[in-house]
Amino acid sequence: MNDRPARRRSSGEWLIAALPYLWLIAFFFVPFLIVLKISLSQAAFAQPPYTPVLDLTAGLAGLRDFLHGLSLSTYALLASDDLYLLSYLKSLQIALVSTAILALLGLPLAYGMARAPRRIQPVLLMLVILPFWTSFLIRVYSWINILQRDGLLNDALLALGIISEPTTWLASDTAVYIGIVYSYLPFMVLPLYATLQKLDDTLLEAAADLGCPRWKAFFLVTLPLALPGLAAGALLCFIPIVGEFVIPDLLGGSRTAMIGQTLWTEFFANRDWPVASAIAVVLLLVIVAPIAFFESLQAREIERR
Amino acid sequence: MRRGFAPWADPSAKPLVRFESVTKRFADTFAVDALSLDVYAGEFFALLGPSGCGKSTLLRMVAGFEAPDSGRVLLAEDDIAGVPPYRRPVNMMFQSYALFPHLTVLNNIAFGLKQERLPKDAIAARVADMLRMVRLEALAARKPHQLSGGERQRVALARSLAKQPKVLLLDEPLAALDKKLREETQFELMDLQSRLGTTFIIVTHDQEEAMTVAHRMAVMNRGRIAQVGTPAEIYEQPNSRWVAGFVGDVNLIEGKLAAGTAGATLLEDARGRRFHAAAATPAAIGAPAAFAVRPEKLRLTATPPAPDAINTVGGEVIDIGYLGDMSIYKVRLDDGAVLKAAVTNVVRLAERPIAWEDRVWVSFAPEAAVLLTC
Repeated sequence: MNDRPARRRSSGEWLIAALPYLWLIAFFFVPFLIVLKISLSQAAFAQPPYTPVLDLTAGLAGLRDFLHGLSLSTYALLASDDLYLLSYLKSLQIALVSTAILALLGLPLAYGMARAPRRIQPVLLMLVILPFWTSFLIRVYSWINILQRDGLLNDALLALGIISEPTTWLASDTAVYIGIVYSYLPFMVLPLYATLQKLDDTLLEAAADLGCPRWKAFFLVTLPLALPGLAAGALLCFIPIVGEFVIPDLLGGSRTAMIGQTLWTEFFANRDWPVASAIAVVLLLVIVAPIAFFESLQAREIERR
Repeated sequence: MRRGFAPWADPSAKPLVRFESVTKRFADTFAVDALSLDVYAGEFFALLGPSGCGKSTLLRMVAGFEAPDSGRVLLAEDDIAGVPPYRRPVNMMFQSYALFPHLTVLNNIAFGLKQERLPKDAIAARVADMLRMVRLEALAARKPHQLSGGERQRVALARSLAKQPKVLLLDEPLAALDKKLREETQFELMDLQSRLGTTFIIVTHDQEEAMTVAHRMAVMNRGRIAQVGTPAEIYEQPNSRWVAGFVGDVNLIEGKLAAGTAGATLLEDARGRRFHAAAATPAAIGAPAAFAVRPEKLRLTATPPAPDAINTVGGEVIDIGYLGDMSIYKVRLDDGAVLKAAVTNVVRLAERPIAWEDRVWVSFAPEAAVLLTC
């Protein structure tokens, strides 16, 4: 391999290799730098609503003034007021619990789909994807309808005699969990199904042949081999749930806001762009940490193979 | 093969595995059709047949992955119908090997033993034995994807033997190996089987493989057994045109039985030529029949035969297949029929006396012909 003469890459090949990086630079890295810069500014009654603003016409002196104007005061604020810390913790808690519920629901669902007769698997897959055909917002609004005091859920429970008085579902963590689990279930089921569907049936026969009953084979063979799908599903759910805004805003209570709601309030209600930006930067760090962790896990797994 | 090992010839011997008129249908085709078969303890038994003949289904019935629609499968005289696969004292080596990709070689081999809840050191000792048996001690910590095809095959073998099954079922175990490795492994399997004394049932579509490894083999066709016997019996005494053609190469001379001398058989073909076989005639004079003659039992000469020579026909060489150790000559007879003769290459190619389009005479000894009536 090494003594093969290095082949010159054509400019076309370079372009194709560079495209994803260009995309990331233009639509992730540059916007992130802008947000990072705003997070180091201070709120002001101005247009734009923060200082300092880089004045390019003033030349080097303008740049020096600009750099002098930057400070970490917004981050100090985030650290001093435990509103923000509670918000982050709330988001992480909701994301962790929802991801766990999603895994517990998604695993048997995906397993059942993958073990279903080949013929009906496309139908089942279609049913999982079907909700995407309706607007996400409409689906969350429908949950308000279902969960409200005289909604479908209470009607059904009353009719069945399970409860005698209508229960308050809306404006609670329960409602948020219901909304999140409902909305994110496909993102957990699809990668799990993809992994389980590829699973070789003869492995289960081999396990049975070697004296392992079916239920035990699930834990000894199926589950370990489904772990990559489970990790992918968990990441696909956990990351957006941490930053979720719409579901807690529509279904949740007002007592403790998730970080997405806090950010929204800072940005739109308080017009405090620097604090909103600082929240976004910290949120990114909070989310990057688990990704980096999973990546290193995966890398170790690949190394072990 | 152990000299004198022939439990199937002993009327008092009890079979270890017995199929009793077993039938299995998939959709509306018969995978196995009213089949009965006995396999004895200590045998290396081969199920040979073309794909779709039901040989794998038979094996999977012993393992417990398929249940017969009717009939019984007995293991050591017990009907095993209701016994799930994980309680059967048999193990299977899968064609795909079915090694657990997330487990090391060591843990793959230990998997079955761990299900028995044996003490840890007993498991470790047994796994070490198995690793030594298949010479994989150095690779114990590897994962299956880090192994070559041959190494994976040995892990699968070790894993299926680790629990010391009463019967080892091998489903096309060598199909994924290249020819040279396959032949070596065949001899290793035979050696292993005779050392362990475990009953092996192997499924294969490769007749050379079946003949190499097995004490006895069953040739299967369309869910039925066409013939059961030792490899030599099946090769030398096939009981039908189909078996003769499936196991090895064969020349068939079709005709009608004619009146001959006692203890010999005379066959007259459509052109009135007469052929002699050494076996006695079981069928009536005038019945349609065929003589089967293996290509290596045909003699080929360029010199015209004596006028009183028997079993000799003339023709033209139309094809020569050079295989190195031998050559296959295709000879078209005057009536258009083609015979194949295998001739060992004792002299170099250039010095060979017979070439394309040469006029030759093909002959065979009466002892070489097998009479077939079905």
